[in-house]
Amino acid sequence: MHNFNYHRPKTLSEARAIFSGAEDAVYLAGGQTLIPTLKQRLRQPSDVIDLSQLAELRGIAVEKDAVVIGAMTRHADVAASTDVRRLIPALAHLAGEVGDPQVRSLGTLGGSVANSDPAADYPAAVLALGAAIHTPERIIAADDFFTGLFETALEPGEMIVKISFPVPKRAAYMKFRNPASRYAVAGVCVADTAKGIRVAVTGAGPNAFRQTEMETALSKSFTPEALAGVIVSSEDLNTDLHATAAYRAHLVAVMARRAVEALI
Amino acid sequence: MKISLIVNGTAHTIEIEPRTLLVDVLREQLRLTGTHVGCDTSQCGTCTVHIAGKPVKACAMLAAQADGQAVTTIEGVAKGDVLHPMQAAFREHHALQCGFCTPGMIMTALAMVESHKGEPLTEGVVRKELEGNFCRCTGYQPIVTAILAGAKAMA
Repeated sequence: MHNFNYHRPKTLSEARAIFSGAEDAVYLAGGQTLIPTLKQRLRQPSDVIDLSQLAELRGIAVEKDAVVIGAMTRHADVAASTDVRRLIPALAHLAGEVGDPQVRSLGTLGGSVANSDPAADYPAAVLALGAAIHTPERIIAADDFFTGLFETALEPGEMIVKISFPVPKRAAYMKFRNPASRYAVAGVCVADTAKGIRVAVTGAGPNAFRQTEMETALSKSFTPEALAGVIVSSEDLNTDLHATAAYRAHLVAVMARRAVEALI
Repeated sequence: MKISLIVNGTAHTIEIEPRTLLVDVLREQLRLTGTHVGCDTSQCGTCTVHIAGKPVKACAMLAAQADGQAVTTIEGVAKGDVLHPMQAAFREHHALQCGFCTPGMIMTALAMVESHKGEPLTEGVVRKELEGNFCRCTGYQPIVTAILAGAKAMA
């Protein structure tokens, strides 16, 4: 790993100021992607800004019809939260399936969502639940957030402060895991929300996306049979050493069916 | 830069480079070589230590991130010459062959007992919680047996 300047700001404004003053800064959340990336020299930032001391980024709060989770909340804490388990059990389940226990001790919600890894779990829930991503400057709707492979609507230096998840009537997340990395080869989150049925897919494309044909079919009839008529196109899906695009399309259909089966 | 760590109950002030990994401070500067580096790509779990009681991979964490925190390594588990019940269970049940993964296995085992306090540890839970630790010798069976026995002995 190349050397860098390390900062541990105490406030949001201090963090932003360090970012703007640095040549090529990067925010460090849990580090479970960033540290391995630095070790492989895939990234060589001039400055690393550790967000762990920012109180604004911590905590889980229940607000009217929503669970609001601070960006620096660890996966293990989301999985164990009695509020999350009670109000959005699918989200607690998802958090408990990320990586392994050691990764869940350090990895954070905000880090995962800001990274927009194509195979990360959280983006599926953020999209399916219609979450709102709060930054110091604005609130970004989930539908506008994931813009590409490791790309999001965040501007340089902008960070996620918290994410507000509207409580759904019901929701389930099913994933087909890579048996070694535990990343999603394909994962589907199905949510029955106040704004209708929403289906989000991760692992299969360059970034998490909504599967609108499934949403239409499930809106007419919330049954596994309703999904049988939906042909999942493999166009624009990923092919890599783990799975072809055609196999991922198949997995999306299977995971969606399992999610619906879990909810009826 | 300077950081302070409490390692196995002893306070240390250590001079490091920002890029120094926690595992390197433990092994190279404090000479606590029980924490191993198996893969160095954050997958095998043999570098598992506890930070404030939570299991973490010390090769996937900067030492600077641990500044001011309490770290427990495998050296902090036994009481003098008396093995911890989890260590004794690993010996009793032949839960190691080459032994390279064992420190990480035991640190993960202790964390899983702690996080499932008040409920019986089942084989299914043990296998799921062991997903971050690789063993290339045993096929895991005796490790699972040892953790279940160790958890019972700790209760």
